[in-house]
Amino acid sequence: MGLEAKLNDNGIITTTVDALIEWSRKNSVWPMPMGISCCGIEMMAAAAPRYDIARFGSEVMRFTPRQCDLMIVAGTVTYKMSHVVRKIYDQMPDPKWVIAMGACTSSGGMYRSYSVVQGIDQFLPVDIYLAGCPPRPDNLLNALIQIQDKISRTKARDFQDQPLPELTVIQNN
Amino acid sequence: MPKLNKDEVHPKILETLLADTDISIEDALENEMVLNMGPQHPATHGVLRLLLRLDGETVMSCVPELGYLHRGYEKLAENMSYYEFIPHTDRLDYLAPMANNVAWALAVEKLAGIEAPPRAQYIRMIITELARIASHLVAIGALAMDVGAMTVFLWTFREREKILDVWDILCGARFTNSYTRIGGVANDAQPEAIAKVKWFIDQYEENLDECERLLNTNRIFIERLDGVGIINGEDAIDMGLTGPSLRGSGVEFDLRRAQPYLFYNEVDFKVITYPDGDSLARYFVRADETRESIKIIRQALEKMPQGEILLNQPKKVLPKKAEIYSKMEELIHDFMIVNFGINPPVGDIYHAVENPKGELGFYLVSKGEGNPWKCKIRSPSMVNLQSIPRLVKGRMVSDVVAIIGSLDPVMGEADK
Amino acid sequence: MELKELIEQKLKENFSSENFVFSEYRGELTLTLDKKNIVKVSSMLKGNPDLQFKLCEDITAVDWAKRKDRFTVVYHIYSLKLNSRLVLKANVDEEECNIDSVSSVWKTANWHERETYDMYGIKFNNHPDLRRMYMPEEFEYHPLRKDFPLMGIPGSLPLPKK
Repeated sequence: MGLEAKLNDNGIITTTVDALIEWSRKNSVWPMPMGISCCGIEMMAAAAPRYDIARFGSEVMRFTPRQCDLMIVAGTVTYKMSHVVRKIYDQMPDPKWVIAMGACTSSGGMYRSYSVVQGIDQFLPVDIYLAGCPPRPDNLLNALIQIQDKISRTKARDFQDQPLPELTVIQNN
Repeated sequence: MPKLNKDEVHPKILETLLADTDISIEDALENEMVLNMGPQHPATHGVLRLLLRLDGETVMSCVPELGYLHRGYEKLAENMSYYEFIPHTDRLDYLAPMANNVAWALAVEKLAGIEAPPRAQYIRMIITELARIASHLVAIGALAMDVGAMTVFLWTFREREKILDVWDILCGARFTNSYTRIGGVANDAQPEAIAKVKWFIDQYEENLDECERLLNTNRIFIERLDGVGIINGEDAIDMGLTGPSLRGSGVEFDLRRAQPYLFYNEVDFKVITYPDGDSLARYFVRADETRESIKIIRQALEKMPQGEILLNQPKKVLPKKAEIYSKMEELIHDFMIVNFGINPPVGDIYHAVENPKGELGFYLVSKGEGNPWKCKIRSPSMVNLQSIPRLVKGRMVSDVVAIIGSLDPVMGEADK
Repeated sequence: MELKELIEQKLKENFSSENFVFSEYRGELTLTLDKKNIVKVSSMLKGNPDLQFKLCEDITAVDWAKRKDRFTVVYHIYSLKLNSRLVLKANVDEEECNIDSVSSVWKTANWHERETYDMYGIKFNNHPDLRRMYMPEEFEYHPLRKDFPLMGIPGSLPLPKK
């Protein structure tokens, strides 16, 4: 990252380096599966042979946060579990993105009760909200493609001591 | 997984961890290691937290901590009507959603004193057995993946996708489908769905044989599971184990035989038991139970009569949608049932069915209103998890993973 | 011999001084007893060679939201020998919110009683390990009581900062 820090203007060298970096970043998004409940099973089905997620570059689903850049929160997050999710999010290195998969993570879903967090955006910055209960695996792949589009619009120097770009809400039918 | 220090664990849990020794906590943290197999872990089948006290690699004691997925089902049930709770029952044991729907519908029908027509009962039997196959496939795949054989996981998921296709044609949703209704099922089984079920059961046995060929004579698989996590029949009954975990210890107890519901007393199937009581026996029980389910589906498809699929009792069962839009009485009944509920008589019942994981029971108390006064869900996974500290004692850390995989807990059910 | 007469006979043999109330609803037999007899009756039901109620399926409680006898603790037990189920009920007051634990009779009662304590606040005497089951230890309320609101009490459960 030190090279582009020195070339800070929009010269032809920086735009080529930018293009190379964001092309390589978006085609190898390694997800961190935070599979908590039913949406986790659809995430496993997205990794299974029929809806193969590996063909989009997400070849491995690492269960250690230190090697991932995308966290897919799949399943109902309760107050007791929210501290764990936040801790894992903090352990992921920059740049990182978050998909809130399913209705339970977007807004509490069908559980309007005393122990469910009504939407994980109360303690995590979310990039994409997926609708569905659970969303079909094709829907999850669509969200992954949207994340790849979003990465292709960023520039490499956006992640140097600057806050992340503002959130985009994408509604999937 | 870093070593824990004293303030990261609640004192009551530490007390339980050291309950069977007389060493102090500082001593334990110095010479032995308290390891946190946390809620986020690739091999704990969901959000289960295990605190292990280790002496080197051997487990001295273990304390499971649940509650990371507690969504408040029982409180929610007190605030919504019996019909509104059907989608919630899907998400209990989310690997076999149809089976939970059938269990809830049977419990409410017992409370209200009605019975679904025969064709609906046969359809419910077929989808329950398909759900059993789907759930056991995931159990076998996940156990194999935890032990190290990744290929089997992908193959069993391929088989499971075929079952999800059947459910997609049947009711429109692949996964959490709220297909049963109080008094029957939502819509009739289409000819394409039945043809697809027939095609599936014809080609299933050879695919299962293919998966088993990879595992049953594999030396690594057998050595990792043989003799690991042994519990004998008497202790298993005392600890409350039910389902394949109990039948893997030699006790022949299956609710489909002991207290038959639907039409299980008219079909012929074997109750699979293995006497050893270790993880390998539980795996064999699951694999053979799927074969018995194929036999049940075949017989049910032959015996299924023609007829209607929803009971015609306007005070308790929602009428058909087409008639609501055209006739007056059905409109009034629909309005009354949706707004005021079905109002079963005052009393309480307990109804249990044989779910893929064990015995799923619903204890419903009614005070004559539209909402239940109390609903208790007796979840098999929670009771099966209670035996983990006993099974794991004296084994090594890698055996913990194999034992959890063979007990097959689902945290959505265990935490309610 | 029918189940009800068999159990009545065994109870008369062993505990002739206490009174028990039988009732039947939709094919299920219910026995209501006093809360101080629960351990003796349970061990008799489990140990007797003709009855052998070895499987304890469920232990829960019902909150009636009235002044006297606010809670009823309900036990569902099953006998593999007789292939039948029995329901035991014991009433518990709100002031003396405790009852003896049956975890010495059936080991599976351990977690069921912990869950009942967590949800209703009924304490079980002589329980080996009475702590909360689902809610975090620092939680002060008992969720399934009728006076606890569905959406919870704001601020009772902490959330991490954004």
